[in-house]
Amino acid sequence: MKALTWHGTKDVRVESVPDPEIVNPRDAIVEVTATAICGSDLHLYDGVIPGMKAGDVLGHEFMGVVVDTGSKSTLKKGQRVVVPFTISCGGCFHCAVQQYSACENSNPAEKQDMSATLYGHPMSGLFGYSHLTGGYSGGQAEYVRVPFSDVGPIAVPDHLEDEKVLFLSDILPTGWMAAENAQIQPDDTVAVWGCGPVGLFAIQSAIVMGAAKVIAIDHYPHRLELARELGAETIDFRSTDVREALLEMSGGIGVDAVIDAVGMEAHGFAVDNMLDIAKQTVGIGADRARVIKQALLAVRPGGRVSIPGVYGGMTDKFPLGALMEKGLQVRSGQTHVQKYTGELLDKIEDGTLDTTFLISHRLPLEQAADGYRNFKEQQDTWTKVVLKPGMEH
Amino acid sequence: MTDSKRQIAGAAAGLGLAVGGLVLGLRAHRRRQGSDRAPGYTARHVHGPLDIAGRSVTIRRPRNELYAFWRSFPNLVDVMENVERIVVKDDDGKRSVWTIKAPGGTTVDVETEVVEDTQDERIAWRSVEGSDIETQGEVSFADAPGDRGTRVTLVVAYDPPGGKAGKAIAKLFMREPQVQARHDLKRFKMLMETGEIATSASRKENTRAAEKEKAA
Ligand SMILES: NC(=O)c1ccc[n+]([C@@H]2O[C@H](COP(=O)([O-])OP(=O)(O)OC[C@H]3O[C@@H](n4cnc5c(N)ncnc54)[C@H](O)[C@@H]3O)[C@@H](O)[C@H]2O)c1
Ligand SMILES: [Zn+2]
Ligand SMILES: [Zn+2]
Repeated sequence: MKALTWHGTKDVRVESVPDPEIVNPRDAIVEVTATAICGSDLHLYDGVIPGMKAGDVLGHEFMGVVVDTGSKSTLKKGQRVVVPFTISCGGCFHCAVQQYSACENSNPAEKQDMSATLYGHPMSGLFGYSHLTGGYSGGQAEYVRVPFSDVGPIAVPDHLEDEKVLFLSDILPTGWMAAENAQIQPDDTVAVWGCGPVGLFAIQSAIVMGAAKVIAIDHYPHRLELARELGAETIDFRSTDVREALLEMSGGIGVDAVIDAVGMEAHGFAVDNMLDIAKQTVGIGADRARVIKQALLAVRPGGRVSIPGVYGGMTDKFPLGALMEKGLQVRSGQTHVQKYTGELLDKIEDGTLDTTFLISHRLPLEQAADGYRNFKEQQDTWTKVVLKPGMEH
Repeated sequence: MTDSKRQIAGAAAGLGLAVGGLVLGLRAHRRRQGSDRAPGYTARHVHGPLDIAGRSVTIRRPRNELYAFWRSFPNLVDVMENVERIVVKDDDGKRSVWTIKAPGGTTVDVETEVVEDTQDERIAWRSVEGSDIETQGEVSFADAPGDRGTRVTLVVAYDPPGGKAGKAIAKLFMREPQVQARHDLKRFKMLMETGEIATSASRKENTRAAEKEKAA
């Protein structure tokens, strides 16, 4: 089959690789009909996540048709399903308390040591996201082996086309959980850094949850425009002092909750960020933590901090004092996708959530490498790329 | 010890087999005095001639089920990567012969006997007199709080193969007993909680189980 494989920093290629097959009883094989490139994939593309090997198949946002099932799969051949990017067993303690992205059984035993050393505990298995998270082949491919297919995949009704439901695999629940983690109250002002897909869905979710005002921060005019269309007020961080603006736009109180939907590859030319970029480039495992630092200073005392943006390593000069002295609450994590898919499918069906507005480009799988390059280099207009195996060139 | 014996020792320890004199026994891992009551195997410095490897995992299954799986030793082949085969020798299942992977594609047989067996609580075993490799280990099962299932603890006393340097080398090959015990217990947990052992292989021939079979 054809699949998008990683070969090094900014080197991804569509190649022929062996078809997957049923390996374990609870597996299913899904023939991919739509798959997307995520901001998280850019961290792999840019080589800032450890544990990648040449030839790894990328992609963790995908959906398709079930073509084969193991003896203990509950799926049926021919069923249309969306697959969560988090691989979760459903039987461990963390799955039982719906902390699916902390599943203890999906990352193979011998692969757990690396993340356990880095973080104190192993990460769960994720599709197409380095050997830190199991080294599972991902969904930017014609076929995918889906473990624990009785727990993750959600069947979707025929009348909802792929593009409407595809993002249940990751960014829609991620934006939703980001807003939930911000514990939004009716009169809240919420600031969201990053108007990429995650930020945009977080903005939409915060508004649905009843935030009085959402302020979106980015530097790309088109992305800021999309945020404005959702109902957010906007700040371009290149032309405005973000902290001062947030203080003023919240009546001098400070925003009630902050959402960092940027993560470890923050843009910007402030001194601290340039130092972080230099460290990241020479590969000493440092994160560019500009956004989370700014967010911690901007949030009001007693406020809430939600971090959907991915960080993978260490950071210097962290404003720990602001966290403690202001009595902040912090929530973060890879999304517990399985917890949200049912509820969010309903919200797509009844029109509460719009999932297609951010798609800017549709490409055949064969052009995936172009998709990566443009999503990285033309971020303003390439807001979300959907890849379709079998699509006409 | 010869080099290959040392490596076998490392491998053997991972599955709860201890090498060297059995003088200390496993009681040393249970601290019963003083202000530090953490498990002995978490100590920074080892007291006595043997190293102790130990590990706990919590498994969301009832105690009797886990005990029963473990007590049928041949079941353990599926979760212990260094064990190729386990054959029970007597009617009450107390004596068994473990065939363990050794360097250079060879194997070594170790005969063990169960020295303590408390149903649903604890199984302890050691190698029989005159065995090529002397070993000792125990696994215990205790109720975890609430509905969290069972806490399983595996403890092994062992002679570090080839001293510190040997241990460092063994570590490189992931055969360091602590690491091996951890991986084996994780696979045990997976099998009990999910009915299968997680693998990221996309094809059967690429799983570790398949590779193990090929080597055997
Ligand atoms: N927690 C999860 O489970 C999860 C899931 C999906 C994605 N993510 C993470 O969420 C983050 C965003 O993903 P995405 O797909 O939206 O990525 P993206 O790269 O498309 O968007 C990031 C946006 O942040 C903006 N930005 C950069 N620096 C900024 C700064 N200093 N201030 C304000 N905005 C800034 C960029 O201009 C860009 O528009 C990534 O880190 C991704 O890995 C996390
Ligand atoms: Zn994603
Ligand atoms: Zn689980």
